[in-house]
Amino acid sequence: MIKGIGVSAGIAIGKAYIIKKSEAALTGFLLKNDAEVLADIARFDKAVGIAINEIENIKQNTSLALTDDAISILETQIEFLSDPQLRDDVVEKITTAKRNASDALIEVTAANVHLFESMEDEYLRARAIDIQDISNRILKYLNKSEQGHKQAFEPDTIIIAEDISPSDTITMDIKHVNGFATQAGSKTSHAAIIARSKGIPAIVGCGDGLTAIKNGDVIILDGAAGSLFISPDKQLTDDYTQKRTEYIARSNKLKQLKEVPAVTTDGTAVKLLANISSAVDMDDVFDNGGEGVGLLRTELLFMNRDSFPTEDEQFEFYRDIALRSMGKSIIVRTIDIGGDKQLSYFGLPAEQNPFLGYRAIRICLDRTDLFVTQLKAILRASVFGDLKIMFPMISNVQEVRAAKIILEQAKNELLQDNISFKANIEVGIMIEIPSAAITADILAKEVDFFSIGTNDLCQYTLAVDRMNEKISHLYDPFNPAVLRLINYVIDQARRHKIHVSMCGEMASDPMATLLLLGMGLTEFSMNAAAIPEIKQSIIHTYVSTAKDIYNKVMAMGSSQNIIRFLQEVTT
Amino acid sequence: MITKDYIITAPQGLHARPATTLIRLAKNYTSAISLKKGDITVRLNSMLNILSLTIKGGDTISIIIEGEDETTAAEAVDLFFTEQLKGL
Repeated sequence: MIKGIGVSAGIAIGKAYIIKKSEAALTGFLLKNDAEVLADIARFDKAVGIAINEIENIKQNTSLALTDDAISILETQIEFLSDPQLRDDVVEKITTAKRNASDALIEVTAANVHLFESMEDEYLRARAIDIQDISNRILKYLNKSEQGHKQAFEPDTIIIAEDISPSDTITMDIKHVNGFATQAGSKTSHAAIIARSKGIPAIVGCGDGLTAIKNGDVIILDGAAGSLFISPDKQLTDDYTQKRTEYIARSNKLKQLKEVPAVTTDGTAVKLLANISSAVDMDDVFDNGGEGVGLLRTELLFMNRDSFPTEDEQFEFYRDIALRSMGKSIIVRTIDIGGDKQLSYFGLPAEQNPFLGYRAIRICLDRTDLFVTQLKAILRASVFGDLKIMFPMISNVQEVRAAKIILEQAKNELLQDNISFKANIEVGIMIEIPSAAITADILAKEVDFFSIGTNDLCQYTLAVDRMNEKISHLYDPFNPAVLRLINYVIDQARRHKIHVSMCGEMASDPMATLLLLGMGLTEFSMNAAAIPEIKQSIIHTYVSTAKDIYNKVMAMGSSQNIIRFLQEVTT
Repeated sequence: MITKDYIITAPQGLHARPATTLIRLAKNYTSAISLKKGDITVRLNSMLNILSLTIKGGDTISIIIEGEDETTAAEAVDLFFTEQLKGL
């Protein structure tokens, strides 16, 4: 198996076709006089003109059915071709170094490619191939020797190449291309973008392993996992044929659901949000039809390092997420360390009962220096998107007030330094401790929103450590006590006209969806992948049905009965 | 001469697609339009020069416009950075 970077999901099975690119070589001959210099500048300008025309023709060729992405890549290529800096550099080489036009262009291109390849930014490194690509186009018209390939491929072809240029992917007849794999490239190569927009599975950055492939070899390519198999046996082929069928069925279903609003049959709109841990998760959120982030865990930012992240480091983390949020709201939970989540550089002594100990907001209210740093970073990022702040592990109203005072302190420090932030940023709390759930009426007056964390709420209400195998059967989110607490929190939030969402595992359990909807919950936050299934249940139900289910469940005395009933009504 | 600072709010920064739009926008005016990041200033007519500034989301850049139609050019540039860039 060969591993690469999966850039376009899907499974392709087919026969390898290898594309080799002949490299343009320097000719080395020098221009003899001014007349030849002028002639070669003219030759260069003419070649650029033809290359631009060629792209304009591709753009206007309606039979290619170009996507918007493809057209904008072609537009960009035209700007690369007509770049005055490129012309200046080439003309300079022709006039002062007496290079012929073709050699001048090869040298200038080599320098530009080298410059971009050595850049730190992954996106810009990937632009090196664009620069090489436009240079090859010009060279093609400077010397008639180079041949562009406009090929028709056999059915079920998998293209194997060192790299694929953007113009290749656009002009190639991809009707029969099932997938492609390249040695070089990155996730932001134009080739990767085109593959995604045309839905062709693709892997880039596979390295030298690809040279072992011969024309006609049977190839399996898994574009999500980034893996490629050469001449697979029957078992593997059968497995992947099956996987391909499942993938196509799933992605069709997802596509159908993605744009469908999460509205019940009788018109109640439900917000389906995602729980995420970093900026890269944002693609998944939108791919699955998520309408924002109901829980951004910030622990990842503090883990796998030697010291606390600085305010600037934290700011960048929150800002990157805000920038990708397309204006949707993002609830940022302040750090929830302690308990089972330890930081090597923050020496917390071992405790008898870590879940009942020094953790989350309790640490933050004690170590206000750490807390202020995080709050300032979130506030600074709040100008880049609709960020909201959420405090975890709140057990009483004093803690909420204390946290809000520290938030004001963070705002004042930013004001003094003349740094902008969203002054009226919304503030909410996790409801995950029974005392908070029972006093939801008091807490609702202090905050803009609640988010119910069912995992801890269940564990604390039932006094069950769910990591303890001997008693894990007692961990039961459908216990009437837990359901009554959840119901009370939702009810109080509605009475006080504040938002309430649920971000615990129960929010992604299809068996609980109708019951929660019946309680009046209209914001659910879960792993992005769970969103389509929950949406499926919501768009096929009436709120009146959900209310009916809720009334029946609340009258039941045991979770066995509740679970049996919910299984019946949800299947 | 008109100079104005912008914070780039697009996540991917000023990458190839918006740079293309910006270059084409600049071509509509006779004024000389330049872009400055840190100590480096480039004319708004070269993809290579603009991309090599590595302008990322969150960066602050300045736009400098000088010429007869600088007022209308500045309005168009303003619209680009405050509205259009998000959609590119």
